[in-house]
Amino acid sequence: MEELFKDFSIGLFVWQTVLFITLIFLLKKYAWGPILSSIEDREQGIKDALDSAQSAREEMQALSADNQKVLQEAKVERDTILKEAREMKESIINDARSAASVEADKVIESAREQIQNEKMAAITDLKNQVASLSIDIAEKVLKSELSDQQKQKDFVAAALKDADLN
Amino acid sequence: MMKAKLNIIATLLVLFSTTAFALEHPDDHSHDHGEGQTMDLKTEIKQTIKHHLKDAHYFELYHGLAMPLPVIIWDNGIHLFMSSSFDHGHTLANSKGNYYNLDHGKIYKTDSEGHVLDNQSIIDFSITKNVLVIILMCAFLLISFSKLARSYKKGPIPTGFGRILEPLVLFVRDDIAIPNIGEKHYKKYMSYLLTVFFFIWFLNLSGMMPLGINVTGSIVVTFSLALITYFITQFTANKNYWGHIFWMPGVPVPMKIILLPIELLGTIIKPFSLMIRLYANITAGHVVLMSLIGLIYAAQHWLANGAFFGLTLFLGVIELLVAFLQAYIFTMLTALYFGSAVEEHDDH
Repeated sequence: MEELFKDFSIGLFVWQTVLFITLIFLLKKYAWGPILSSIEDREQGIKDALDSAQSAREEMQALSADNQKVLQEAKVERDTILKEAREMKESIINDARSAASVEADKVIESAREQIQNEKMAAITDLKNQVASLSIDIAEKVLKSELSDQQKQKDFVAAALKDADLN
Repeated sequence: MMKAKLNIIATLLVLFSTTAFALEHPDDHSHDHGEGQTMDLKTEIKQTIKHHLKDAHYFELYHGLAMPLPVIIWDNGIHLFMSSSFDHGHTLANSKGNYYNLDHGKIYKTDSEGHVLDNQSIIDFSITKNVLVIILMCAFLLISFSKLARSYKKGPIPTGFGRILEPLVLFVRDDIAIPNIGEKHYKKYMSYLLTVFFFIWFLNLSGMMPLGINVTGSIVVTFSLALITYFITQFTANKNYWGHIFWMPGVPVPMKIILLPIELLGTIIKPFSLMIRLYANITAGHVVLMSLIGLIYAAQHWLANGAFFGLTLFLGVIELLVAFLQAYIFTMLTALYFGSAVEEHDDH
């Protein structure tokens, strides 16, 4: 310990202190300042780049999620459209079917009516013809029956006999 | 990859250290021993280690090649000459009519005959080995980190050496400063924390190079660093910090009075522990490594030589870890003290 004090060199102490303090200030100006600020700039740059990459990724994700959503919506819409179309088709077919059956019924009805009419006309015609035929036959029978005098007299007598005078 | 590099460094370290330290025969001490009297190996190793741990007025790359360094003495005026004037303590240096002697790494004012004068009013401001290394380290840090700073103008990613330095800067910021000080206040301390971290770490590493450098193992240097930490802590402290020292909230009044001197002492003990920890760890590391290297030479059996070589290699790698660890601990604790100075208490 004593030797340490004896060997304590004031000259070395002064040199060391002065040189070291000078070194601190020189390094601060020419080295540490620029180095630390450059490193900080670089770190900031890296951080910014990472941040923007992250936000870009998030944007991409949001975009793809949007796309997914749009696709989903489109699918749903397509399904509704298809469903509507199917329903419309059904209803059109049903309408057409009912309209056709109504029409058919009408046609059948009118056909039946016409048939009825025709039949009635035919029956009437037949009746008329039968009547006129009967008259003709009756006329012919009467003509042939009443061609001689005797017969005319018998007929009148029979007729008179039937016609009871009351 | 990293492990292989460490191994190569450690191998080189051991190889060069042997030439740099173990065979070193410091001239400073040669005159302590009589001519013809041969030092035994153990004493020589001891002397070498002691010599290495001290600061010197020469930069001795290896035995025989010692670079003289400038000597600056304040003695009612500046005396400036090269340390080669001492001729490793053999001759007196004459400057402006005054005589100086270099004895065991310390400069004394003497008369022309070499007798040490009693009134030692001189202050030695020499560019010693440690000062030179500190200057070189400052230059190295300035060049490397300003280069890193400039490389950001070319692109966001640094190239070359900066690619190694940048993660370390981030390490200091994200693992030392922010967790201990907090997001809000850490920025104003960053310059000091970064400087102190790299300064200590690189100096610790330079101590592991086979150049005989031992700056962070000098208590003067660690004292200076701890003192700066102490002053920054006190001057940036908020009123919460002072409140906790002078009038601890939430305890009875007698306790407040007892706690006051303890807390005041604590403010000094904290940086003091920083100083001692770094000094002791690095010094111990150097002593252990050099002793082991010495043992390689002292051991009589080839098996023991090999064993000590392996052990030196192993401890060399451990010391590389310690070099980082001590820089980390110093910076971490400094950040912790700063954090306590700016901490904001909402509870209590």
